[in-house]
Amino acid sequence: MSDLAKARVSSAYIWRSKQFSVRLDPRTIWASLALLVAVLIVAIWSISAGDFPMSIADIFASLVGEGQKPHDFIIFKLRLPRLLTGLAVGAAFGMAGAIFQSLARNPLASPDIIGFNSGAALGAVIMIISFGATGFLVAVGAVAGGLLTAVLVFTLSWKGGLNPYRLVLVGIGIGFTVYAGVSFLMTRTDIFFAAAAQHWLTGTLNARIWRDVYVTWLGFGLLAPLALGLQMSLNRLEMGDDMALALGIRINIVRSLMALIGVLMVSIAVAGAGPIGFVSLVAGPIARRLTLSSGACLGGAALVGALVLISADLMGRVGFAAQLPAGVFTAVIGAPFLLWLLATQIRKGAM
Amino acid sequence: MTLTTSNSANSDLRGDVAAIRLAERNRLMSPVGHRRMLRVVGFFGLLGLLCVTIIASLSIGARTIAFGVVMEALWQFDGDLVEHLVVQDLRLPRTIIGIVVGASLAVSGVLMQAITRNPLADPGLLGVNAGASFAVILAIWLLGISSIVDLVWFSFFGAGSVSILVYMLGSMGRGAATPVRLALAGAALSALLYALINSILLTNQKVLDVFRFWNVGSLLGGDYNILLQLSPFIIIGMLVSLIAASSLNAMALGDDAAKALGTKLMLTRILTLLGVTLLCGASVAIAGPIGFIGLVIPHAARFWCGPDQRWLIFYALLLGPIVLIISDIVGRVILPPGEVQVGIMTALIGGPLFVWIVRKMRMAQL
Repeated sequence: MSDLAKARVSSAYIWRSKQFSVRLDPRTIWASLALLVAVLIVAIWSISAGDFPMSIADIFASLVGEGQKPHDFIIFKLRLPRLLTGLAVGAAFGMAGAIFQSLARNPLASPDIIGFNSGAALGAVIMIISFGATGFLVAVGAVAGGLLTAVLVFTLSWKGGLNPYRLVLVGIGIGFTVYAGVSFLMTRTDIFFAAAAQHWLTGTLNARIWRDVYVTWLGFGLLAPLALGLQMSLNRLEMGDDMALALGIRINIVRSLMALIGVLMVSIAVAGAGPIGFVSLVAGPIARRLTLSSGACLGGAALVGALVLISADLMGRVGFAAQLPAGVFTAVIGAPFLLWLLATQIRKGAM
Repeated sequence: MTLTTSNSANSDLRGDVAAIRLAERNRLMSPVGHRRMLRVVGFFGLLGLLCVTIIASLSIGARTIAFGVVMEALWQFDGDLVEHLVVQDLRLPRTIIGIVVGASLAVSGVLMQAITRNPLADPGLLGVNAGASFAVILAIWLLGISSIVDLVWFSFFGAGSVSILVYMLGSMGRGAATPVRLALAGAALSALLYALINSILLTNQKVLDVFRFWNVGSLLGGDYNILLQLSPFIIIGMLVSLIAASSLNAMALGDDAAKALGTKLMLTRILTLLGVTLLCGASVAIAGPIGFIGLVIPHAARFWCGPDQRWLIFYALLLGPIVLIISDIVGRVILPPGEVQVGIMTALIGGPLFVWIVRKMRMAQL
């Protein structure tokens, strides 16, 4: 174990300047490259597959502007917006999950723990059931509900500082209370609205348009660099409050900032595709096992999240006679992978 | 103390030091004794509260029945009186079911958090709820069963088989079933099953229509027969939990320390998980998936009695039924003429209460 650690330290690539240094582990690089290639393969596959299959040559012809009309229509109006939204949403879910798992120092934590998803569900279900809303209004209701719940949880768990354990427990309490509202509404409405709500709660990438692409990518593009910039501080926090303080980390500021970034990321993802489950739970542990990193691996988690989500969407589109929403298959794709990693985990105690 | 009086102060100082030492010793000694007494007092206080709750549950409802009449209905039952019938046939069964289900869920929650060393673990993490739900869905979908009572055995069977599967998945490959692997395996398998459940629900509205009512959990509609048939499992589950409790105390220190203290890790894990499966499986079978109790009651209990697993189990044994029955009572009267299901009320009442407790906690204690 100690031999392994030594060998890994010596083989890392380190760049230093006067104020700044970057340290990259070869394992992290290889794992990230492999994930990137996998994302690309699935992305091309999901553009070519569907009710109207297209060859790779056709796709490239369309992308450089020399394709046939029907191909252009299907690629630019239907499949590309869907794919790009899926990539941003998956990456945002994955990174947010890894952030919360690291903040709470708990592999079971996810954005759910601060009650965001329950709040989003309540907002959306109220919009669907009480106002008969569809589409954009439902997303607005969801994000409003989620943000309100998150603010409530933060306020209630702040007591001279942000203790992660208290945050998690308060989040559970509020989350359960809010979700009880969802269950209540589901039993008090007729089956038509209940089915519509159930469909939205599962989450889907169906019928995305370019506006979804812009919104999700703008949000993710602004938040991801911030999160990656704070990653070192986040990893120091995992060593415990005292150690982090001694290393010069401003605990409350880093924690609040990271939690805020995580919440905003989830709200963008939920607005883009609904509260798709499991991506945020599974991305962090998978990324950690693939890169063998000692701390949170935010970039890897984003890649894993994107990969899981677009694969799930592909499976929902072409795997069955009836089109099923992506939210159904994230677990079908992610769970076996996580179980396999658990079984073949290389380092004992690697988490 | 100033420098000019240092000589005369010296003897005072010696006296002070002795006094401080004594005070220090008292301070160190007393909380332990104090705490032990508080635990016992708290236990009997909760026992009294449970009795009050039971009586309230028998007398409060669509028709309020006086305390005296309730007592008469229990000890001198007269089949001709409507009020006696209400108490004996309607309120007594659901109160007893509330006690059994609340206690089982709370105790299995304590066990699950101890075995995974994870405060976020709930009995559902072992896949019990997902397994039960999946079996119930299959029964509704493939066999066309729509009566909640007929779903009991399907849900018990589903709960049991999936929790065995989770344990096997958590312990395959290298090394034993460490807490983290167990928790992740349970979460992954549960998610997989819920995905299958969702795909069935989305394509089949008839199934959703039955399932959405089973899914919220209810103490109503259970009868003595189901309780009687499942009671052996619950009794065995409780006994197994009590046997495992002291070993779980050692395991809280970590696997290595527990081994050094002579704990049989494998045996304790298997016993604990057996207890969780029996208790939680039986209560899901009786009342549907009531999520809140198993996760939250252990924390509430820990707030009063500290981390000793043996005390925790006894506290959970009382706190679970109290919270569940109070929620049931409120659910009966809050929206007349209808009722709000107990699974919803537990979270609506218990959630804010839990947040209040969490804010009172000193985090260093945990």
